[in-house]
Amino acid sequence: MEISYFAIIIGAIFVNNVVLAQFLGICPFLGVSSKVETSLGMGAAVTFVMALTALVCWPLQTYVLNPLNIGYMQTIVFILVIAALVQMVEIILKKTSPALYQALGIFLPLITTNCAVLGVAILMIQKEFSLLQSVTYSVATALGFALALVLFAGIRERLEFEDVPAAFKGVPIALVTAGILSMAFMGFSGLV
Amino acid sequence: MNKLQIILSGILKNNPTFVLVLGMCPTLGTTTSAANGMGMGLATMAVLIMSNLVISLVKNIIPDKVRIPAFIVIIASFVTIIQMLMQAFVPALYASLGVFIPLIVVNCIILGRAEAFASKNGAFDSILDGIGIGLGFTASLTVIGAVREILGSGAIFGVSLGSADYMPLVFVLAPGGFLTLGYLMVLFNKLAKK
Repeated sequence: MEISYFAIIIGAIFVNNVVLAQFLGICPFLGVSSKVETSLGMGAAVTFVMALTALVCWPLQTYVLNPLNIGYMQTIVFILVIAALVQMVEIILKKTSPALYQALGIFLPLITTNCAVLGVAILMIQKEFSLLQSVTYSVATALGFALALVLFAGIRERLEFEDVPAAFKGVPIALVTAGILSMAFMGFSGLV
Repeated sequence: MNKLQIILSGILKNNPTFVLVLGMCPTLGTTTSAANGMGMGLATMAVLIMSNLVISLVKNIIPDKVRIPAFIVIIASFVTIIQMLMQAFVPALYASLGVFIPLIVVNCIILGRAEAFASKNGAFDSILDGIGIGLGFTASLTVIGAVREILGSGAIFGVSLGSADYMPLVFVLAPGGFLTLGYLMVLFNKLAKK
């Protein structure tokens, strides 16, 4: 498929933002986004894991699942790869870089159940990207995730001081805010 | 807890969408119409009932340390089966739900029920819990889908309610998903308080 890398990057970050347009990764988006700092940590951890997932899942699909004609095993294989990767990253970081582990530590276990990671792995195969395109797409998607998370955290930090009606408190007002943010991102549609 | 209560608690008191706030991705991503929402809800319910049953049967064989990976493999197997069945029998629905069907694997409702209910209760009760939570999820998704379809395309279950020309299309697009769920949750909170 002939798509320029620039189009993949802009498309994944802005036009088809993973959270605000594709509805993937909503749980961490609503759960971890109350502070800008933690959102940055989560964004970094997801970017790291997504890049690794693309690097492992793409060769697995191309050189193992496809030649053996067992494409239907995709879901099971990919989720196991992601779970194993997350565990491995956690162990390696703990040994080699305690500082980074401290920073990302609490977010890592949450990533296994982040549907954005599995979603991107499946989508990059569906879109028939090459390995390099897949990695680009994954990293750009993760950056889009981080962008949405940080923007949303910034808004929620301010929202805390507002007098919100009782029935709106918590998740409902967050969803309405996300809806307005998503409308803003619709302005990018048709860009690529 | 009596048998009926297990089912009813999943629909109202422990409603996965409006009370537990779990499984938000498919809730927002697939509810562009009432039929899509219902299809997603039923697919999830099928996986949930089967995985609850199997997990409650094998819970004593699985060592505690590897129980989460084991649960995930069981769930992923059923998702793959459902995926193949849907592709064969309801290709149109399969196409419109797209990536959200394999993503049932990472739906926190299923792993959550495996951990909170099926790994502690017997097989029959676990099936009932699956039915209850599944019905709650299906009902929520159908309602959200219906509201979005009525407001966005002026139809319900594909049946037109008149001209769609003046309907705000935004409700079937991404922002409408967030807004509809947000306002429905407010309504649910208001009614629950009474």
